[in-house]
Amino acid sequence: MELIFEGLQTALKLIFSLDREVLAITLLSLKVSCSATLASLSIGIPIGVFLALSDFPGRRLVISLVNTGMGLPPVVVGLFVTIFLWRNGPLGFLEILYTPLAMILAQAVIATPIVTGITIASIQQLPANLKLQVRALGATRLQTVWILVRESRLPLLAAVMAGFGGVISEVGASIMVGGNIKGQTRVLTTATVMETGKGNFDVAIALSLILLALAFGVNYLLTVIQQRERPR
Amino acid sequence: MITRQILTRITTLAVSLTILIWSTAAMAAPKTVILATTTSTQDSGLLDVLVPLFEKESGYQVKTISVGSGQAMKMGEKGEADVLLVHSPDAEKKFMAYGFGAVRRLVMHNDFIILGPAADPAGVKGTKAAEAMKLIAQKNSLFASRGDNSGTHAKEKGLWKAAGVNPEGQKWYQQTGLGMGQTLSVAAEKKAYVLADRATYLALRKNLGLEILAEGDGRLLNIYHVLEINPVKWPKVNVPGGKAFADFMVAKKSQDIIGRFGVEKFGAPLFFPDAGKKPESLGL
Repeated sequence: MELIFEGLQTALKLIFSLDREVLAITLLSLKVSCSATLASLSIGIPIGVFLALSDFPGRRLVISLVNTGMGLPPVVVGLFVTIFLWRNGPLGFLEILYTPLAMILAQAVIATPIVTGITIASIQQLPANLKLQVRALGATRLQTVWILVRESRLPLLAAVMAGFGGVISEVGASIMVGGNIKGQTRVLTTATVMETGKGNFDVAIALSLILLALAFGVNYLLTVIQQRERPR
Repeated sequence: MITRQILTRITTLAVSLTILIWSTAAMAAPKTVILATTTSTQDSGLLDVLVPLFEKESGYQVKTISVGSGQAMKMGEKGEADVLLVHSPDAEKKFMAYGFGAVRRLVMHNDFIILGPAADPAGVKGTKAAEAMKLIAQKNSLFASRGDNSGTHAKEKGLWKAAGVNPEGQKWYQQTGLGMGQTLSVAAEKKAYVLADRATYLALRKNLGLEILAEGDGRLLNIYHVLEINPVKWPKVNVPGGKAFADFMVAKKSQDIIGRFGVEKFGAPLFFPDAGKKPESLGL
């Protein structure tokens, strides 16, 4: 009990004194996870839309793979991304292992199936007649796709939230490809693991609280956008 | 209307984030040195003091990857690290014999200690290390092992061997697979015996209920070496960077810092500087 109280105290102290290191760690977490979410949206939405609207042999298999990927364990992603990015690995020439860029890459791999899966579901839940109607009104193929995406924008925001939530809270991949290097790749989750290892439980609790507040803040913002526009 | 507003807002956000990413990418300019090291050097806080100093002096940027000694040496074998700071002498000798390392230099030492609950159910207080391990096995007392091929784990296996005990598969022998700090926490919660390096123990002592039960035995010496990687097999290794860091670790100024580290906070040094000494003088 005393420890939790101490943790709260430390958290408030760290936040309100604008501790430089904590601030930098928080900003980096936000930066890495936002970038990864953005990357996963730009890959996941087009793929999801394509899978939802197209018809080809093996489509069900691909969708099952995407749905399985929604639960991709971060450590597995971390392991493979690390092996690929090693100096002597297939992508070693990029020289980005142990940089924020590598973390963005790993987190994007984690978030993309989540975004793709939710996109498929949200496009498919549109009334089947809508597509026919739009086509009948003379819309081109591209225009049709655009209208369908716009119509499912509210559930798509859920994809954004799920993707972001998945990566901001993730530690396994970040610690492997980032290395938890002070001032370079240390983010809230990896710092929490390290401070726990060091026995600084109060700092660890403080970092966790900041992480929770951050996740809440971003989701609150997205929820406000989503709910303001809900169909009444 | 509202849709357009939202789209504009999201696009603005996207653009500003993209700019942020690019500014991060541009930062990777200075030449980096990858240091693979044990958890104890990081968890004790020593590297937080030494690394910034080295970076300032040399202009290199250090990427410290803190893992067990076993994994650190694996990284060295594969050319994925430029310099190692490890504490697993037998494995290090093999590493050098196979030609993975170029230069190996003595840096510092402290010692391992056998910790356990104050009640000491196996009665190991004040015994020699091997004797203590034998008693723990005889009484089937819980023992928390790192189980991760770290330097501490290697030392522990050596002690079991000296005690003539094979703990593998025994119910009382629990392998955590975690770093030193977390293994200490596990041992404290389960009231188990545990082998730890003194630096990590002192840094964590305030939150543990464990007591030092066996110490000061020659077998419990914990010796750290700095190893430069042999670039013959892996041309991408940053040889000058690795050498610069190794030189820095054995330089007089750094050795003085090592000797003073922790005195203020714990009342006793956590590490004893040994650069330039013969290994025999430590009883190796």
